[in-house]
Amino acid sequence: MYAIEVDNLTKIYGKGETAVTALRDANFKVRPGELVAILGPSGSGKTTLLTCIGLINEPTHGKVVIDGTTVADEGWQSGIDLKKMRREKLGFIFQAHNLIPFLTAQENVMVALEINGLTRADAKKRAGELLDALNLGHRLNNYPSALSGGESQRVAIARALANRPRVILADEPTAALDTENGKNVMDLLKKLAVENHSAIMVVTHDHRMVENFDRILQVSDGRIAGEVNNGGSQQAGQIASPV
Amino acid sequence: MNLAIRDIRYHRGRFILTSIGLGLLLGVVISMGGIYRGLIADALAILHANNADIWVVQQGTNGPFAESSRIPEETRYRIAAVPGVAAVSPVAFQTIQIERNSKPFRFFLIGHDPDSFGGPPSIIAGRNIRQKHYEMVVAKSMKIALGEKIRLGQNDYSVVGISENIVSSGGDPAAYVTLADAQEIQFKKSNHAIRNERAKIGAGVTGNKALSPQQAELLKQSIIATTESTHTVNAVMVKLSPGADLQETQELIQRWNQLRAISDKEQTAILAKGMIEKARMQLGLFRVILLVISAVIISLIIYTSTLDKIRVIATLKLIGSQNRVIVGMILQQSLLMGILAYAIGYLTILLTYEKFPRRIVLEAFDLQSLFVIVMVICTLSSFVGIRKALKVEPAEALGG
Repeated sequence: MYAIEVDNLTKIYGKGETAVTALRDANFKVRPGELVAILGPSGSGKTTLLTCIGLINEPTHGKVVIDGTTVADEGWQSGIDLKKMRREKLGFIFQAHNLIPFLTAQENVMVALEINGLTRADAKKRAGELLDALNLGHRLNNYPSALSGGESQRVAIARALANRPRVILADEPTAALDTENGKNVMDLLKKLAVENHSAIMVVTHDHRMVENFDRILQVSDGRIAGEVNNGGSQQAGQIASPV
Repeated sequence: MNLAIRDIRYHRGRFILTSIGLGLLLGVVISMGGIYRGLIADALAILHANNADIWVVQQGTNGPFAESSRIPEETRYRIAAVPGVAAVSPVAFQTIQIERNSKPFRFFLIGHDPDSFGGPPSIIAGRNIRQKHYEMVVAKSMKIALGEKIRLGQNDYSVVGISENIVSSGGDPAAYVTLADAQEIQFKKSNHAIRNERAKIGAGVTGNKALSPQQAELLKQSIIATTESTHTVNAVMVKLSPGADLQETQELIQRWNQLRAISDKEQTAILAKGMIEKARMQLGLFRVILLVISAVIISLIIYTSTLDKIRVIATLKLIGSQNRVIVGMILQQSLLMGILAYAIGYLTILLTYEKFPRRIVLEAFDLQSLFVIVMVICTLSSFVGIRKALKVEPAEALGG
């Protein structure tokens, strides 16, 4: 079963003469454990694609299936609890890490777990374990303001992983980091994709990081213009076969 | 995890400072309520201290506190003979301003019959008045020492006792002298005025050719005795016998057309409603205005605080947080701010109310009502922030 299935996904903002097609007929599938990059210039539709898969933006047309559940088919599927889906199936990593400034590193991870119904004690234990695994065991009680950029992003990754999501969506996770920290984060994501069997989709325009991905979706003018699979190029619009 | 507490803990300096500002504002609201209650308490203090059932005053007046009232002292004997009357006590009141320590010093002088009721409610130092003349009992708040002499009218009065604080309806502390002394202070004319008046009466009577010189002299003495008499009082207080009918006794007293018998309940209404009504309305209006200002301030603080947290809220929404978590965070912060501000305001007034120039009376009901109002204001004010928060799109968490 695919972690993500996108079929003829189209997103149009506005109506009538002011309508803007941000994404047109996107088709692809991502398997669990796969690390996929969405690469493209600014305004190409990368973030729109991410928000449609992330259940934030309602697709205008097309179908989105997450972990076997059809969440959108010509609009949101009725009866789907989008918040619950986001809590349980999706993890998000942001460009600016988006840690809650008034929570410690551990509490930032705990909040995602408690929102998903874990008791405080269990959330604390799992948050501690996750941060420890990401070499942040000594930073549990530090506020984000006291963490470096790399550390903050690792806490954000721990938060995204907290509920063992099937899909992790990352929006420019290395944009605010230097090359070394950026590479560390990408290595970590690649490792986590394999270990946790999670599909990870990363929106980036950082070409330095492309070697880390199993597959690259090239987005241009709202279309998936091409796909690079382990070094080989394919035609635009073709559905990539998994690595 | 309580996000509201976590946020407050992280921004505690800002939260405490904001609460202090709001608390001082609420302190003013509390003090205004206290001043209003103090006005009533002051206005009724003398009534409660004397515990009279009926106040007999000059007809057509609301005396003796709300209006000037003068009746002959001998009225007391007639009233004492009315069926149902157990005791009577004539009283004379006067507000006096003297110079003390080079500063104007105002107090309310009460003249009473030491052999009847109506004297100082309780003596906390020294003793009560024993001599017929020139002794005085003063309220504690006048800060006059025992043995000190106070010049009133043409005589010096020795302070022989200190009473518990009792004030006039105007808030001035009260002092007690005998009725005779109070009458002399209030009604006795100066020597110069007496000489002038005697000469005027003498000239009028002597000029009357219908009278013999002996008759003229007798008439002159009689007129002088009447005009120079100080046997006037402002009111006669009446205590009823057990089982006596109040209304019936009032009607019996009012058969003397020059008198008006006001029950204690009526007197309370005259003082509490008539005399301080405008002050009450003014204070009430100020309280409403200040509460509205507090509401606007709380709304602005909560709204600004919500704007500061837009990204946090968007992130929470994106990771699947329910709206109640976000609503709870904003509402709890608003309520906690209200609770802290109320506590600060209450403590401020509790620690300072004795230093206010006028009496502040803090009543539990007023304090509880204000607390409920503050909580309602905080809840309503938080809606502005909550509305904003609920409109935040999860997508706002994305981007740099």
